Amino acid sequence: MAKRGKNTGGKRIAQRMNVIGWTFTAPPVVLFLIFTFLPILMAVLISFTNYDIINAPKFVGLANYRKLLKDEFFWISLKNTCVYTLMYVPGGLILSLSAALFLNQNKKFVSVFRTLFYLPVLSSTVATATLWFWILNPQLGLLNGVLKLFGITGPAWLYDSKWAMIAVVMMSLWAGFGSNMMIFLAGLKGVPGTLYEVAKVEGATRWQTFRYVTWPSISKTTFLVSTMLLISSFQVFDQAFVLTKGGPGNATITLVYYIYNNGFNNLKMGYASSISIVLFLIILVFSILNSKLNKADI
Amino acid sequence: MKSKKMKKAKSVLWYIGAILISLATVYPFLWMVATSFKPEAEIYQNSLSLISSAFSWKNYRTVFETMPFGRYFLNSFILAASGVITNLFFGALAGYAFAKLKFSGRKVTFSILLTSMMIPSVATMIPQFLILKFFPLVGGNNILGQGGNGFINSYGAIIIPGAVGAFAVFFMKQFFETLPDELAEAARLDGCGELRIFTSIYFPLIRPAAVTLAIMTFQSGWNNFMWPMIVLNSEKNEDHSGGACHVPVPV
Repeated sequence: MAKRGKNTGGKRIAQRMNVIGWTFTAPPVVLFLIFTFLPILMAVLISFTNYDIINAPKFVGLANYRKLLKDEFFWISLKNTCVYTLMYVPGGLILSLSAALFLNQNKKFVSVFRTLFYLPVLSSTVATATLWFWILNPQLGLLNGVLKLFGITGPAWLYDSKWAMIAVVMMSLWAGFGSNMMIFLAGLKGVPGTLYEVAKVEGATRWQTFRYVTWPSISKTTFLVSTMLLISSFQVFDQAFVLTKGGPGNATITLVYYIYNNGFNNLKMGYASSISIVLFLIILVFSILNSKLNKADI
Repeated sequence: MKSKKMKKAKSVLWYIGAILISLATVYPFLWMVATSFKPEAEIYQNSLSLISSAFSWKNYRTVFETMPFGRYFLNSFILAASGVITNLFFGALAGYAFAKLKFSGRKVTFSILLTSMMIPSVATMIPQFLILKFFPLVGGNNILGQGGNGFINSYGAIIIPGAVGAFAVFFMKQFFETLPDELAEAARLDGCGELRIFTSIYFPLIRPAAVTLAIMTFQSGWNNFMWPMIVLNSEKNEDHSGGACHVPVPV
């Protein structure tokens, strides 16, 4: 009898716990359902319609996807996004890791330099882009001014379709390497010092120490950083929007920019949704590839 | 003796390198500040210099005179600050529940929330806009979500979808997990309610983590550009990032 009483009491407590737990976690769960889960379902559905906000949507089957394959601008923006990613991901990885390795030592003022290296991260993309708009100015800009000191005549950067994307990548690297550098610094702190001592005793060169001690030890950090770089670079928008508006001659129009143009400027929600689904799949494939690649390395 | 000399030379080289890199990250900011005080004519004459011969506040006056920049600034601040408050409170509450309360379905719910961090925001951007626009009974909408603008063009369009992100929950959970369970058990025996256990025992213990989250949330809210641009299109509601876009730049 007493045992039974205790049991139902336990059940009551467990039930109370459930109610409290669900109440405490309700806000993020409800927001997730309304603003992430529902939108994904909707995006898939809308991509099969010709929805334009004003008129009622009509089911058009795969028409949007078929149109996509023949859309010259889709391919241009896909190519531009890939070019950006191909430059930005390795560039960002190398730059932030080198900066972290450079700062990972016991010297005076290291923390001051760490702050100074991090400074660009604190500025918003729009402010940074406005600043770089001037830095890259062919006649008056800082960059061509510095190049002139070395006797080099700089290109027209944002006004030259050959150089515009490179300029956008340069700005993004400058603006973003600090945050990944911080993550790498945290990762480097986690490498056991004994490994370096062994490497020193064994007479390993600097490169060997990096290749066989540091690099394998920070593989988890590298994976984290490269995944974030990949996901963010496929979604590049702010920089291109503020710096070049996609120009010159569509040289910097990116996929997200094209989605924005179709969906919010031309109200072609159905078509824009189909592009974002394609982009979503591209990011998914690259994220999986990246995790496979990194697992093979561990 | 020789190796000591080499070490010193290496150290000097390191400092030279560090200063050069710092120059590359800091100089553009100084240059921006300097240029902002230059009269227009001088910008074209000696654009590289940091020192202006004719220091003037004119550019700043123009910014505030030609557009409601104070308003943009206030908007950015309100939006970023509300994001901090809601993310901190709801993020901590849910993070605490996932870390410390044993309720059924918590593992599944948490992993679903975590995967949502991997979904690129652009894929959900258009439906989110539609959901906000056709939200029932808000902004002139009827129960079917027709007739008005819903949350579009109001602070709600930014505050509500971003009220508590999976990142805030995940971040908070990591810190609550490091605290012992015994604190809650003891409080429960004393008859303390669950909400009080959270607010007066556990939450004060993770204050450093909360501050970090607050700074990160504020920074991302302050720098947010694309989403505010899409959902706020009246001048009154624009934030400073959007406002900066209106500045006509001479080419």
